[in-house]
Amino acid sequence: MANEVTPTVEHAIETSKLNLWYGTFQALFDVDLAIKNGIVTSMIGPSGCGKSTFLRSVNRIVERLGYVRTTGRIDVHGHDIFGEDVELVQVRKQVGMVFQRPNPLPLSIRDNVLFGARTHRLETKSTRDEIVQSALEQVLLWDSVKDRLGARATTLSLEEQQKLCIARLLPVKPRVLLMDEPCSALDPKGTEAVEELIWELRGQYTILIVTHNMAQARRASDECVFMLMGKVIEHTRTEEMFVAPAHRETADYIEGRYG
Amino acid sequence: MPGSRPHAEIDRRNADWYVDKLVQVTVFVSGVSAILFIIGIFVFVTIEGVGFIANTLDFGEFFGSPAWRPTSETKPTYGALALIVGTASVTGLAMLVAVPFSLGAAIFIGEFATGKVRETLKVLVELLAAIPSVVWGFIGLSIMNPLIIDVFNVPVGLSILNSGIILGLMAAPIMTTIAEDALKAVPDTYREAAEAMGATRWQVIFRVVLPAAKNGLVAAVLLGVGRGFGETMAVLMASGHSVNLPTSVFDSVRALTATIAAELGETAQGSDHYAALFTLGIFLFAITFLINLAADVVVRGIRKGK
Repeated sequence: MANEVTPTVEHAIETSKLNLWYGTFQALFDVDLAIKNGIVTSMIGPSGCGKSTFLRSVNRIVERLGYVRTTGRIDVHGHDIFGEDVELVQVRKQVGMVFQRPNPLPLSIRDNVLFGARTHRLETKSTRDEIVQSALEQVLLWDSVKDRLGARATTLSLEEQQKLCIARLLPVKPRVLLMDEPCSALDPKGTEAVEELIWELRGQYTILIVTHNMAQARRASDECVFMLMGKVIEHTRTEEMFVAPAHRETADYIEGRYG
Repeated sequence: MPGSRPHAEIDRRNADWYVDKLVQVTVFVSGVSAILFIIGIFVFVTIEGVGFIANTLDFGEFFGSPAWRPTSETKPTYGALALIVGTASVTGLAMLVAVPFSLGAAIFIGEFATGKVRETLKVLVELLAAIPSVVWGFIGLSIMNPLIIDVFNVPVGLSILNSGIILGLMAAPIMTTIAEDALKAVPDTYREAAEAMGATRWQVIFRVVLPAAKNGLVAAVLLGVGRGFGETMAVLMASGHSVNLPTSVFDSVRALTATIAAELGETAQGSDHYAALFTLGIFLFAITFLINLAADVVVRGIRKGK
């Protein structure tokens, strides 16, 4: 595996021998990944390769399904998230997630932004307005919605909804943002805007983004992970992967021979 | 022949065409018949009562007096206040019993139970809804009655308390089913989003699922209220059936529906008493119609996906 990670750099996410089964179907095979802190890492691969499954195990949301079994280890900022005294709520506070389809809650824009903060009791009456404004400013949404914060979040355009879904993660100050094909429901203009935003957030958060869109991986990430059939084939700097892939499968996928 | 007379081919009506028309007409007639029946019932009830309402009935007495003495030889009075209060108090207590029960059951079935437990519970709840009301009345009469006398040390166990509990248990299953449907209609993406933000099970339910299902839950309660107003047999058997303005839950009362059921068979058709019972019927009809209409409007609110 072309894992070019220098040991001195702190890793936001580190997995070792991560295996995952949906019932009897094994979706991940011995995944060892080290995602660097503070950069954007993209995950590519054909449908069913396990990239979304991997993403969804980092905040353990995959366990919602009930018939999921996991072995191995995932560390987020050095803490084993399967540890006995780990609180799931705390894991999810540190690891925010953006979904494929924008899924704002059926509340007002304002209440959507405040939801996480309320859940973790991080807001008081006096800080509310500030939290809302700062989160919406960070996702470049403040100017267009500041006059209708009480409107239902579902009345926004898809692009705005997706930005809101990113904004609502920020008040609880997560360290990692997981994004599961965040632009696949958006038109090209919306995609561009959300990509810009991701780039804007780079550095403040470690961002792991699953994408089907190879051009997007290429232009919007520092490092790239290529997965196939539940295994990590290649993990390297994005430029390198697209210019000189080390593996035959990677090259074939990038050139569009399958997937 | 293809090509020679193309129009004849296109114009031909075969058996499928006639079957299709027949089905269309049948379905249309079945659909419209429901409306016809409703209108028919309304017209019939109104005709039987309207003459009495226009000529004899004193509205002040009807709504203001508790004296329901339709069989008095000297001066019959038709005060329905005690009956209205009876029905309302029994329904009110029934809702106090049924709302927490049914919402709790719906939340458990919809949000917590999985697999076999869930399926079993759903079947049981539906089975509960199918118990005939006379059986519930029987339970009120033979089990609840002595129980209430024993526990609360009161002389009579056939009271608001008895019939309210019985009616609450009767209404709870259907309310549970409707409330559970409302919870199920909440998209799972909402729950997933909230859970991914670190919300606990209860936070997800109270802050996301219940507010999102609000309309359906209100509709469930309203339909329960409608059921309570309309229920006859169980209330007749468990309420004590005495005309009385109650001062506590241990008092016997009489319901509008039970009055009609008990007295209609003994009146001369066309008499004032007969017409007065139909007036009660019109009143009940109007109330249940309004409640159902309200429930419908509320449910429509959901469909608009607001």
